[in-house]
Amino acid sequence: MKFAGIFLIIMAAAIFPGIILRVKSIAGGRKGPGIFQPLKDIRVLLMKGSVFSQTTSFIFQIAPTIALATVVIAILLVPVANQDAVFAFEGDFVFFAYLLALGKFFTIISALDTGSAFEGMGANREALFSMLIEPAFFILLATFAMFTGYTSFSDIMTHFHITDNHYVMIFSILGFYVLIQIAMIENSRVPVDDPKTHLELTMIHEVIILDNSGFDKALIHIGTFLKFSIYGALISSYLVPAGWNIGAQVALFIGIQVFFATIIGYLESFRARNKMVKNSQYILTVSAIAIIAFVIVLILTNKL
Amino acid sequence: MNEKNYIEILNNGSPVLLKNIPVLNYPDFYNLLKEMLSDPDSHCVAYYAFPVENMLKFICCIANDKTSGIAVLSHEQKNHEIALLSLTSEIFAMHVYEREIHENFGVQFRNHPWLKPIRYPSDRFYKGNVMNNYPFYQIESEELHEVGVGPVHAGVIEPGHFRFICNGEKVLHLEIQLGYQHRGIEKLMIQKNDPFQRMILSESIAGDSVIAHGLAHTGLIESLAEHNVSERLQIERNIALELERIAIHIGDTAALCMDVAYQLGQVVNEALRTTIINTTQLWCGNRFGKGLIRPGGSNYPSTDDFIKSMLSTLEETLRRYEDITDRIYSLPSVLSRFDGIGILTQGQAKLTGAVGMAARITGIARDIRKSHPFQYFRQHPVEPVTQISGDVLARGMLRNLEARQSIGLIKQWTKKLNEAEESNKKPDYNYKLQPESFAISLTEGWRGEVCHSAVTGKNGNIIHYKIKDPSFHNWMALALAVRNQEISDFPVCNKSFNLSYCGNDL
Repeated sequence: MKFAGIFLIIMAAAIFPGIILRVKSIAGGRKGPGIFQPLKDIRVLLMKGSVFSQTTSFIFQIAPTIALATVVIAILLVPVANQDAVFAFEGDFVFFAYLLALGKFFTIISALDTGSAFEGMGANREALFSMLIEPAFFILLATFAMFTGYTSFSDIMTHFHITDNHYVMIFSILGFYVLIQIAMIENSRVPVDDPKTHLELTMIHEVIILDNSGFDKALIHIGTFLKFSIYGALISSYLVPAGWNIGAQVALFIGIQVFFATIIGYLESFRARNKMVKNSQYILTVSAIAIIAFVIVLILTNKL
Repeated sequence: MNEKNYIEILNNGSPVLLKNIPVLNYPDFYNLLKEMLSDPDSHCVAYYAFPVENMLKFICCIANDKTSGIAVLSHEQKNHEIALLSLTSEIFAMHVYEREIHENFGVQFRNHPWLKPIRYPSDRFYKGNVMNNYPFYQIESEELHEVGVGPVHAGVIEPGHFRFICNGEKVLHLEIQLGYQHRGIEKLMIQKNDPFQRMILSESIAGDSVIAHGLAHTGLIESLAEHNVSERLQIERNIALELERIAIHIGDTAALCMDVAYQLGQVVNEALRTTIINTTQLWCGNRFGKGLIRPGGSNYPSTDDFIKSMLSTLEETLRRYEDITDRIYSLPSVLSRFDGIGILTQGQAKLTGAVGMAARITGIARDIRKSHPFQYFRQHPVEPVTQISGDVLARGMLRNLEARQSIGLIKQWTKKLNEAEESNKKPDYNYKLQPESFAISLTEGWRGEVCHSAVTGKNGNIIHYKIKDPSFHNWMALALAVRNQEISDFPVCNKSFNLSYCGNDL
């Protein structure tokens, strides 16, 4: 049963980017590509060879693989539809966060490895914004951990029920908001980044993978898609009541993933992205909101 | 100072005999230019040199916004090797003209801050100046880094190299290197003695200003050939020019939205631009208006059916454009990307000699349609639209207001069109140009003033042709506007100016 969760995450990852694209093209009044277009693109990329710049070293060649590997391991830690994750141990969310950070670290140093001025700038931005979002994630997880008294993703989730108490609703709403924001920022979406832009000077994530091509690029894209559905899975895990039967849970999981993707596509269609300097402030605000949720839990659990 | 030191052209386009242009010695030439250009209403529209026999003849044209006159004065010298005192040290806007003269003929200018090559023509004086090993301006520092962008860019834009010196995300200095698109149009204009070929060439100077350049060329040829065209044709030409302005302004609004990732603004404006350029296509078979402007007549006289369909398209476009621009310029996330970004001050605009939109966003009401009217603008001058803040928002708003104004103008003119007499005159390519004359023709394209000038020889053939696109000056304005901005805001600044690479490179 545990591995069914992995299957669900991979399935959600396959349709997630397509749904965002579809929503954006419908909102823009265009016909747009089909939902499976991103997958078809990946297939094309997988069949191609990679080209490596002569100025790069082995770091550049191993980075995409390591980045994807970290994401795949991270999936094993995520509980899906109230089933236990494949691995669960105390404090596994810290491991989860730093696994993803390890992948990001390799992507960043591979960008620096190319010696391109653009990629250097992108690496700088990516490192800064990842660093700023880290506190939000940990404060949020600490909030959940303190509320339930467990420190593993699977345990927290099994013991967390939003319907228990009215006060729980208050910090849950904040918590979900923070989680969605983290997902948007970690996956380089509007308003922090714009995955669609062609302008190197304004890019954050896109610019650091500018030199990757063919097979390696496909690995990076797969990693990005999976990351999306990991966050979608986390969000749904907290929403799905533990008592439901498995069929309803899976349906709700898929429903939440589709809803999440639709919301992202919709939000991206009707607003502009942030100014680059404003990003730091914007991301810190997410941490600030996480602190509010934390304080609410302190009060609820009579620790303050 | 003697008044006879220059000759004044009172009507935009009128030719003068070459021998009537006073030839001054350089100190007088220099002092007179300095004095004339210190008047804030005056600006230099052409300053160039060309070889006549074994002399080098310098011609300078100063346009005055108040009097609508264009003062022409000249200077001749035999020996190119003498270093002339640079006007740039007094009037900075002259820097590009002097750089161009230096590049073409090796004339040295004393006190010129930076005789940087402009476009590396194949017959340049200093063959050793090669684009590939151009020494960019550098600042030695551990903290600063350089970012080079181009000449090949992401997306479909023209080639040009931008070299930034940045302190972190902040741009300290931007150096723009152009010339990759140099096609030698000015030389081709002389070599191709076929008037039809010249007309085609002039339409190809800048793909987004087909009508503006075509009209400047036609105006020049018609005045040198002493052709008068009917009022109806003049109105049609005005309509074509304003259609071009509307189409580009709306297209640029879309591009601005795209650069800040505002999808709705982008797609709506892209669709609206298409309806306008399709109207031009309906008229003449080409979406950019190629073939529409011809000397002496027109192959595509407007029909009642066309006018009717154009008016209904414009009506609908205006309604939808008003709707979407109201949204764009009230959406906080867009405003925060436009407001206060890439500010060009009025002082900088005056300093760099910015023309057209780049001048009008800083409150300088400079518009050739009013100050030196041409074609039907003579009967119907246009009041320039201005903004004062000089930022990306001002450039967006100016586009918005100008597009609306142009739609209004076209509506007014179509009424006049009905009163004007029908004229089915076909284009005339067998004209004879007035010999040994000089003429200058200015038009106001969507980007700013387009200036064509020509000198004719003994039997009326063109011996020198000079083109000035508004981008020639405005690139420097862009370089100043992005100083101390974030480098990630450069694309939106660049797009808001939307300068022409090939218009500069010729």
